[in-house]
Amino acid sequence: MSEYILDIKDLHAGIEGEEILKGVDLRIAAGETHVLMGPNGAGKSTLGNVIMGNPVYKVNSGSMIFDGKDLTEMSVDERAKAGLFMSFQNPLEVPGLTMDNFIRSALRERTGKAIKIFQFKKKLEETCSLLDMDEAYVQRDLNVGFSGGEKKKAEIFQLLMLEPKFAILDETDSGLDVDAVRIVSKGVDIFRKNGGTLLIITHSTRILEGLNVDATHVIVDGKVVKEGGAELVETINAGGFEGLKNE
Amino acid sequence: MSDIKEVKEPSIYDFRDEERDEDFYKVDAGLTEDIIREISKEKHDPEWMLEFRLNALKVYKEMEIPDWGPPIDGLDLNNIVTYVKPKTKMVGSWDEVPADIKNAFEKLGIPQAEREALAGVGAQYDSEIVYHNVKKEVEDQGVVYTDMESAITGKYEQMVKDHFMKLVPVNDHKFAALHGAVWSGGSFVYAPPGAKVEIPLQSYFRLNAPGAGQFEHTLIIVDEGADVHFIEGCSAPKYNIANLHAGCVELFVGKNAHLRYSTIENWSKNMYNLNTKRAICEEGGTIEWISGSFGSHVSYLYPTSILKGDHSHSEFTGVTFAGATQNLDTGAKVIHIGKHTSSFIDTKSITKGGGINTYRSSVEIRPTALYSKASVNCGSLMIDSESRSDTVPAMDIRTDTADVGHEAKIGRISDDAVFYMMSRGMSEAAAKAMIVSGFASPVSKELPLEYAAEMNNLIKLEMETG
Repeated sequence: MSEYILDIKDLHAGIEGEEILKGVDLRIAAGETHVLMGPNGAGKSTLGNVIMGNPVYKVNSGSMIFDGKDLTEMSVDERAKAGLFMSFQNPLEVPGLTMDNFIRSALRERTGKAIKIFQFKKKLEETCSLLDMDEAYVQRDLNVGFSGGEKKKAEIFQLLMLEPKFAILDETDSGLDVDAVRIVSKGVDIFRKNGGTLLIITHSTRILEGLNVDATHVIVDGKVVKEGGAELVETINAGGFEGLKNE
Repeated sequence: MSDIKEVKEPSIYDFRDEERDEDFYKVDAGLTEDIIREISKEKHDPEWMLEFRLNALKVYKEMEIPDWGPPIDGLDLNNIVTYVKPKTKMVGSWDEVPADIKNAFEKLGIPQAEREALAGVGAQYDSEIVYHNVKKEVEDQGVVYTDMESAITGKYEQMVKDHFMKLVPVNDHKFAALHGAVWSGGSFVYAPPGAKVEIPLQSYFRLNAPGAGQFEHTLIIVDEGADVHFIEGCSAPKYNIANLHAGCVELFVGKNAHLRYSTIENWSKNMYNLNTKRAICEEGGTIEWISGSFGSHVSYLYPTSILKGDHSHSEFTGVTFAGATQNLDTGAKVIHIGKHTSSFIDTKSITKGGGINTYRSSVEIRPTALYSKASVNCGSLMIDSESRSDTVPAMDIRTDTADVGHEAKIGRISDDAVFYMMSRGMSEAAAKAMIVSGFASPVSKELPLEYAAEMNNLIKLEMETG
């Protein structure tokens, strides 16, 4: 098996008639925290969605191996059961389905076992308190009437409840106020300290404060054009993406 | 990995027991005056009921088959055995119910539900009530809960006579006339002034004989200031012979009284469900309908509230699920007569696999109904592009003091939402079923737990099949 939990080679993908990812290479070792940056329209979110298996996108060529398994052969739920998770940029609303019911059903599907109510409730309570969330929150319909910040917190809440191996955070920090960013960062840090692997898609650095970043990848026009350590984030902060394109 | 062998169990919603024909008494297939007399005699009807039936038969023969809704030409009344009666007589305790009948009810979850806080079970097996037990606390309040046959031959005969098919007259439509002629079985409830029944009264019935029509009559009278919740649930096994259900429900809600009437119907997919339900509210009275309509080949179902008294109120919450081969025409009607009356209609329809759903409602605000309010909200969810969903909301407002609102939404299941849920580990089928259950939750939330669970099971089953 590869030393990488995620190993993407020469990935070409896009929507019907338009290639968006034009040969992406990306390797992430288990337990590491990677950051994916890039200008708008570079293909950051597309990469996240292609890894997760969004049927809107088609993979034209290349390989994606996750934890020894060929992702391109797997359905979305199989990927989730294998340990992948994505925090959505725009989490969907599901009227009539409460968040706790949703999470419990997801856990049941992932484990194939009935979920013990008492343990589940205990974990719900603990996670609520970790994220400074009111417990009434989890009784609400999934994302329905949630503010932008509440939706993002709910994504991190699900992350901690479902305990995947690998989480893609797609612009989880965008549109959040300072307090919400702090809480989201706290949740992400807990996930990381528990051994979780992270791919953080962002164009700001607020969520990264206090996180140990192992590597940074810069994607421009569907290709990874630069890779480096945590310091690359600072470089981009100072100089933007211009100039990285032609290196 | 798992050492548990998958056992292929027949679905609990698709069962039938082998019934031996000699156990059952059937009348000839056609419908004549002689047959009506035979039914009447067998049921020990009082004389007035025989006359009522014979008159209804005449009306039935004169009336035309309705032609404005889904086609019902698959129905051949001359081939329908309209009356099937098990040999079992009325029994007082569960122990006395015969094993095969008990078995059928166990599959429907009746005994478990009955044991606890439930007031009484009037379980209808084919056309006759075979089990009936009203708990003491309900009786202590003076509430009468019995089968129609007992009511009509007992001390409530006059009360039945004063109310029977007064709200749904036999000339209302052809199948109301048929019902009047051949009705059999059903429940009678009378709640005296001020009685508050905390626990729901429930009745479970189903069809279980090929070609058998079912014409049960439900008559509920809630007297001044009384409060009752009545639940009727039914499911039917599958047969290939066209089946007809033409039941009738009449609800009388007295001054300041409150009645909640809940039903979960799950008919076999060959059933013609031509059911008539109507309620009338006196001053300050409230009727609440909770309705889940599943199954049937064709349904015509529009529970109607007549808000006669001032300040009377009606709420209708309903879900209809139409899958392949189904054409369901459902909705609700309200007639505002009294001043300051108010009504809310909230319906959800789900269509899948080429099924057809038509939401049909009518809200009438008469000139006398000053300062009345009506609100209609109907939502449709289509699971695929071959299904069809129509909305026909009619409003007839005859006063300029009315406050009327209407909202209709038709949508498809969102691919993004399915992807989102699958990204948490749910299969596509499970994700869709949860979205649909969520969509139907305004109804399931209003149901007692075991009924809500059954409804969600039905949704899951409907989503998995066809």
